[in-house]
Amino acid sequence: MTVVPQAATLPQAGRIRSTADFYLTTMRLAVQEQFQYRTANYFFMFGMVAEPVIYLVVWTTIADQQGGSVQGFTAGYFAAYYIVWTLVRNMNIVFGAPYWEQRIREGDLAGALVRPLHPLHYDIAYFAGWKVVVIALWIPLAIGLALVFDPTLDPRPLEIAVFAVAIWGAYLLRTMFQSTLGMLCFWTTRGAAIFDLWMTLELLLSGRLVPLPLMPDWVQTISWFLPFQWAFYFPIESLVGDLSDAELARGLAFQLLWILIGLSLFKVAWRSAIRHFSAVGG
Amino acid sequence: MEHAVHISGLEKIFMVPEREAGLVAATKSLVRRQSREVRAVDGISFDIAPGEVVGFLGPNGAGKTTTLKMLSGLLYPTGGEARILGHAPSKREKAFLRRITLVMGNRNQLQWDLPALDSYELNRAIYRIPRADFTPMRDDLIELLDVGDLVRKPVRQLSLGERMKVEIVGALLHRPQVLFLDEPTIGLDVTMQKRIRSFVATYNERHGATVLLTSHYMADVQALCKRVVVIHHGRILFDGPLTGLADQFAAYKTIGVALADGHVDLDRYGEVLHRDGDWVTLRVPKAETSQLTARLLSEQSVLDLRIEDTPIEDVIELVFAQARSE
Repeated sequence: MTVVPQAATLPQAGRIRSTADFYLTTMRLAVQEQFQYRTANYFFMFGMVAEPVIYLVVWTTIADQQGGSVQGFTAGYFAAYYIVWTLVRNMNIVFGAPYWEQRIREGDLAGALVRPLHPLHYDIAYFAGWKVVVIALWIPLAIGLALVFDPTLDPRPLEIAVFAVAIWGAYLLRTMFQSTLGMLCFWTTRGAAIFDLWMTLELLLSGRLVPLPLMPDWVQTISWFLPFQWAFYFPIESLVGDLSDAELARGLAFQLLWILIGLSLFKVAWRSAIRHFSAVGG
Repeated sequence: MEHAVHISGLEKIFMVPEREAGLVAATKSLVRRQSREVRAVDGISFDIAPGEVVGFLGPNGAGKTTTLKMLSGLLYPTGGEARILGHAPSKREKAFLRRITLVMGNRNQLQWDLPALDSYELNRAIYRIPRADFTPMRDDLIELLDVGDLVRKPVRQLSLGERMKVEIVGALLHRPQVLFLDEPTIGLDVTMQKRIRSFVATYNERHGATVLLTSHYMADVQALCKRVVVIHHGRILFDGPLTGLADQFAAYKTIGVALADGHVDLDRYGEVLHRDGDWVTLRVPKAETSQLTARLLSEQSVLDLRIEDTPIEDVIELVFAQARSE
């Protein structure tokens, strides 16, 4: 038997530098890919605007009927809330739990697992790149909505800075919980009921449907102990509301806490899911 | 020297749920689920030396892909041991994943909407390849597979064969030392198959990579593999040189003979497989080949004569048929 001498593997770049390189490369790819579909992305965003516009019209009408405000919130506040809502909602779009099933079924996961990088890194990096396109497309849309609905918005520089961080915090927070939920797909192809339940809770307790102060007290209390409001209400409120510096700092801290909780839950679920996948082959 | 691939008593057992068709069976299964044990890989053992190219053959469902998945860390073995370049694949260590590649002929791992060059960039980042090493390696692979024009088109616009070629470039950018190739030429035309075969051979020579190849095309195996491992029902039926496969399993040889009188009855020499003008092809028991050839030469006016081993496709068929009947 002729044995050919083994060639050395290629050298590797340093870990931190190469991780940053991976994120930038993937984000760049996502931007390229999503700009190819800019029209589709725009239609998608237009579709998404329908939801807050309905809420906005309803609350503006109620405010007008009640002498200009609802529980102290003016029509201008509602306009600002729901216009910022459109961006936060877009930032909240992540690699959703149900897509894990597709990833397993179509063999993409197997391809990802033979690479020396956790698929979660790819999801975070790719959707982060997509967000860059989303933000670029959102700006003209927000200007159009502002011209129509006349929002009241007068943020301080600190609030703008916190908002800029908080929308990415919201993105990471939701990524962690959606990915954790997605692990259900390793055991069942009927996870839809649980995903729907989660979405309903999110709709009610996040501030997506209405600003949280308009919800009953007990709902507000419950929402304090759940991650939803930190991915939705807090980022909006950091820009639109009148939060103190301490409240802004506390909001970011809660975001970080929930991101870490979500990451820990994901890690546990992932270990178990991969053990199951390795045992049965998906 | 340490083996590149070492497998000892490797097994994989799946529990497969099953039930009869119909409403009654469906209702029963709610209360009492039935499942069956399937031994996909049943205690196989073999070693592969560094730089060796081995054909891994077997019919559908024989356990080939399951074995490859265990060797690449996708499946956890039920029993036995596997070591690839000293790593236990099931641990899926990054150092291990950087040294192997798994190419599945029916899977696409490139970005569908972007040119392959962009996906190569992503692989560079994932495998942490310094650009100074990446660019020459990429260009070299592109040249070897002659895909310079293809890598600039969105992957979705490529034909199956073109996609496979650019896929292979992407899978080798990190210069893996062990290649698991699962049907890399499936569905490709003959020219494309040849191109991929010669590419794998060149890569093996140039980089000393170890290759474990499954293919239903015997031409792939004949062109690339001196050694084959044949698996059936999860068990190894044969492990040795490709030429030895015919010696062990083919009980016959074929004698092609051109006679001055092509109409002579040759049934007494062997089974007449084919007549084409004066050329007659006979199948004869391997042990009697010399004796029958001598008789033919002495008793008939032979113009030309050729003795051939049974074609490898037929040998493989014989191997599987034999295994089925046992």
